[in-house]
Amino acid sequence: MYSKRLTFLKAIIHVIAWSALGWLIWDYYSGNLTANPLQAATQRTGKYALILLVASLACTPLNTLFGWKMSLKFRRMLGLYAFMFAVIHMLIFVGLDYGFNWNFLWQDLASKRYIWVGLLTLIILTLLAATSFQWWMRRLGKNWKRLHRLIYLAGGLVVLHYAWSKKGDVLALQGDVIQPFAFGLAVALLLLVRIPAVRQKATAFRSYLRLKFNWAAAPGTRRADTRIKIP
Amino acid sequence: MDNYRSIRVDTAEITPEPVYINRRMFMKAVGVTSLAGLLAACGLQPGEEQPAEQPQNQTGPDKTGAAEEANTFEEITNFNNYYEFSTDKTEVAGLAKDFKTSPWNLFVSGLVENPATYTMEDLLKMFTVEERNYRLRCVEGWSMVIPWMGFSLAGLLDKVKPLPGAKFVRFLSTFDPEQMPGQKSRLYPWPYQEGLRLDEAMNQLTLLATGLYGRPMPNQNGAPIRLVVPWKYGFKSIKSIVKIELVDYQPETLWSSIAPNEYGFYSNVNPDVSHPRWSQASERRIGEAGRRPTLMFNGYGEEVAYLYEGMDLKENY
Repeated sequence: MYSKRLTFLKAIIHVIAWSALGWLIWDYYSGNLTANPLQAATQRTGKYALILLVASLACTPLNTLFGWKMSLKFRRMLGLYAFMFAVIHMLIFVGLDYGFNWNFLWQDLASKRYIWVGLLTLIILTLLAATSFQWWMRRLGKNWKRLHRLIYLAGGLVVLHYAWSKKGDVLALQGDVIQPFAFGLAVALLLLVRIPAVRQKATAFRSYLRLKFNWAAAPGTRRADTRIKIP
Repeated sequence: MDNYRSIRVDTAEITPEPVYINRRMFMKAVGVTSLAGLLAACGLQPGEEQPAEQPQNQTGPDKTGAAEEANTFEEITNFNNYYEFSTDKTEVAGLAKDFKTSPWNLFVSGLVENPATYTMEDLLKMFTVEERNYRLRCVEGWSMVIPWMGFSLAGLLDKVKPLPGAKFVRFLSTFDPEQMPGQKSRLYPWPYQEGLRLDEAMNQLTLLATGLYGRPMPNQNGAPIRLVVPWKYGFKSIKSIVKIELVDYQPETLWSSIAPNEYGFYSNVNPDVSHPRWSQASERRIGEAGRRPTLMFNGYGEEVAYLYEGMDLKENY
């Protein structure tokens, strides 16, 4: 039953990710991407990558805070899909928008810090995607986990990339800041609950609630008591 | 690499094509055209079917990019930076659909001999509405060619007679959060305001636009009256103006009050002054797939470069 549900949920994620891409391609060819379709496509793929990265970061806390162990099984695929959309995002920008015109690109790169931050994020995601296989996990051993903690850095950088690409000042709360602020807050919270002290407080609180409301009492409910080691 | 796919949005089904084809040919041929009192006389409502009118007479040489092919009506009216309605360019048209533009008063005041309040009817009676095919370069790195209808701001300023102390012109948009949902956001210091130096305002290119494509101004493009300063980034061209004030100080502008390091008072189109987000060296003409190099003063150097002689335009961006 457990594995059936896992397969089902994984299938849903696959379907969502590929239909997002299909929907974009459909809109592109049916002229439904505003009068400036390349910009719209760049922004949309970037947004998808951002959402998927945040979703990937949310898995571990879902287990820590709510005891949903299965969520850990989605981390890799969500991260890989984030990587896929980040690559498409970059290719649209460099290939379709700038037509690989390195002269134009170079002029712009020199003055645009948000592009450098985006590029750094993509490099991290590439590194993590390349080493996401079991083979690399075994080969790198303890270092694999160390390496993959870079996803925390990527989470922060991608929000910075997004905020700097918007018209506005997040710190002064002026301009187009609502979404960058919301994503920033989400990433901050998701990283915060990973700090051991915060995590312990959160799990203690969860145990307290479970006792008080007898959450795990009903048979057949989620296995809240199968506590696993938190990575 | 020349591997662009054609991505031109096909608007043939939506736009009454003959009107625009006709208009395009006529604009190419004529450029600046006087269409005296056309708007007032026809009293057309936006969206109403309109026959392609013939040019009345030719008033001047082609100095305004008229030879360039204009963007379609569809493109111009569905890709709008108008934060008073929405930050989403494609949503502005829908949200502005019922915006009330009549009655409308434009108050011209400050350091002038004859301060006055004009209705739109007054203005359309007083001035000859011309068609001007201008390039519009947005600070976001895209551009369009728009066949505006309007009259030179200089004409209006001549009527009110600026006093010797007047050095700058300050413009104010309407503030009406009930009709403009974006103005409910406190993230922007509404109402929108902009400014020009008096000599910039007096330049013949500086237009008070009351329409486009031979129609009254669509609401999403800044109806009923807006500024068009084609050698400056688009945000200088303030929309839905209710007040024009002659002052002796450099006016505050909305974008430079939010991010003074990104949006200067002058904001002349300048490929040599970079922006932290968008390319100012190159741009995409809406409807084209590739990029084209951005021209100094958006290609209007011949008409306006004299205004900035001896100025460091990298300092005064």
